[in-house]
Amino acid sequence: MNDVVTNRSNPLVLGIETSCDETGIGIVRGSTLLSNTIASSMDEHARYGGVVPEVAARAHLEEMVPALNQAVAEAGISLNDIDAIAVTTGPGLSGALMVGVGAAKALAVALDKPIYAVNHLVGHVGADILDPSGTPFEYPTIALLVSGGHTSLLLVRDLVSDVELLGETIDDAAGEAFDKVARILGLPYPGGPQIDRVAAAGDPNAIRFPRGLSRPKDMEKHRYDFSFSGLKTAVARWVEQKQDAGLDVPVADVAAGFREAVADVLITKALAACADHGVPRLLLGGGVVANARVRELAAERAEKAGVALRIPPLSLCTDNGAMIAELGAQLIMAGHAPSTLDFSADSTLPVTDIQVR
Amino acid sequence: MLLAIDSSTGTSVAVVDRDGGILAERTITDTMSHAEVVGSSLREVMQEAGVEASALSGVACGMGPGPFTGLRIGIAAARVFALATGKPLVPLVSHDAVAFDKYRSGHTGGLLVVTDARRRELYWSAYSGADQNGIPVRVEGPGLSKPNDLGHADLVRVDATTVSAGALGMLGELLYATGGAFAADEALYLRSPDAVPSTGAKRVTA
Ligand SMILES: [Zn+2]
Repeated sequence: MNDVVTNRSNPLVLGIETSCDETGIGIVRGSTLLSNTIASSMDEHARYGGVVPEVAARAHLEEMVPALNQAVAEAGISLNDIDAIAVTTGPGLSGALMVGVGAAKALAVALDKPIYAVNHLVGHVGADILDPSGTPFEYPTIALLVSGGHTSLLLVRDLVSDVELLGETIDDAAGEAFDKVARILGLPYPGGPQIDRVAAAGDPNAIRFPRGLSRPKDMEKHRYDFSFSGLKTAVARWVEQKQDAGLDVPVADVAAGFREAVADVLITKALAACADHGVPRLLLGGGVVANARVRELAAERAEKAGVALRIPPLSLCTDNGAMIAELGAQLIMAGHAPSTLDFSADSTLPVTDIQVR
Repeated sequence: MLLAIDSSTGTSVAVVDRDGGILAERTITDTMSHAEVVGSSLREVMQEAGVEASALSGVACGMGPGPFTGLRIGIAAARVFALATGKPLVPLVSHDAVAFDKYRSGHTGGLLVVTDARRRELYWSAYSGADQNGIPVRVEGPGLSKPNDLGHADLVRVDATTVSAGALGMLGELLYATGGAFAADEALYLRSPDAVPSTGAKRVTA
């Protein structure tokens, strides 16, 4: 592995992402997206009702070489052209992360290129730089990252040097709650799009489900933290009571009420973070951003609060290698040295560790 | 000349040459550090052997059997290294390297190669001997058994705690030279993922 990045002003970076169930290979040149190849094992998890780590890790191994080939072809480059490799080293599923780490290190040695071991969550923030709409990205920003694997609220003062975790879920990730509630309602996996579809015909105010960690007492200790486990249980209890009484379950209203509770608590806390820190910018990321109500409520309330809202295109919001490549490119352009070859996958990597040496 | 990688037990990486033998080898016995050490090991053997990747004729890879988390890391590294250098992957059964080493150092007759599969189970492969080229003849396996169900009590048993990438690579060179068959390019987990298909939601109210 070479320790010197020869092109620091406009580096060609290949990013590898395997933290959950998407094998993502992305290629960027500076801040320009050249390829965003994603192979998902989501269908294989459907019969289990959630991501099975071993199934995901096996799929990463099988998808790695085809995805690399496809990404390189799409970008119109050869592997030898790249200036550096970036790889997700955490947080995420440990066995899944290790496939990407092993692949990235072999690539670095084979091509004699430097490697950057980077943080998945910070990668989600970096995805915004690749937004083709092109308005310049400004810091500081509050970032709300919501997926099946994480629910985190960050204060980003500088992408490559200053990211602070304000809060995160203390139990389930929001995406997991969607999957579990979908199962309660007899809807297939993944739950997010199913709940979204069914909820469109429901009344979000017909049933009021609890907003986790939103009472005054909770807001003292867990102002920016989330909890979705109680909400899921409340939905299950409500549905079971109807069923036990021999009544029809108003699936659309339950879905709409649940979705409203999730969207409400997410956006309320994110905008509270904006207000508390005097940051008039909010960035959304993660697969749950696909949820129509989350986007709608964010747009509505951000405007009212005078907060500029940024939502990258969905293909850059779900887990992907392009955001990892871009974080690598930003580190290079800011003059950061590469990682050594000895880093390990860290399933609980803190968000303050933007790069692992 | 071959680069060889095996992570079915610890992490072993080597550069071998049919005439020159094992030019460089690194074997780390720790079975929990594959992802950490694979990169440095690769760089070190390439440097020590003084070999450019372009001089390799292929990348030999132990496909297992082995516990899945570690096994996958070596296979991912081997496949990607082969892709990046434009060289063919040479997939081999990891146990064959252990048997090859035994026969090469003088053993004759039957052999049962056994490695730890964790969860109180064993991976095993049975060999009748080596052929005229010195290539082990596997007659059964690789398989997965509880210790008490392990058959082939008549064979000399070798409990291997490491698989040498040097031996694996030399076996690969010999197969190349003699036109022997490689293994399939698939990970030999010999176990299904531990997961139970969903049977719907569980009740929360009693
Ligand atoms: Zn993510």
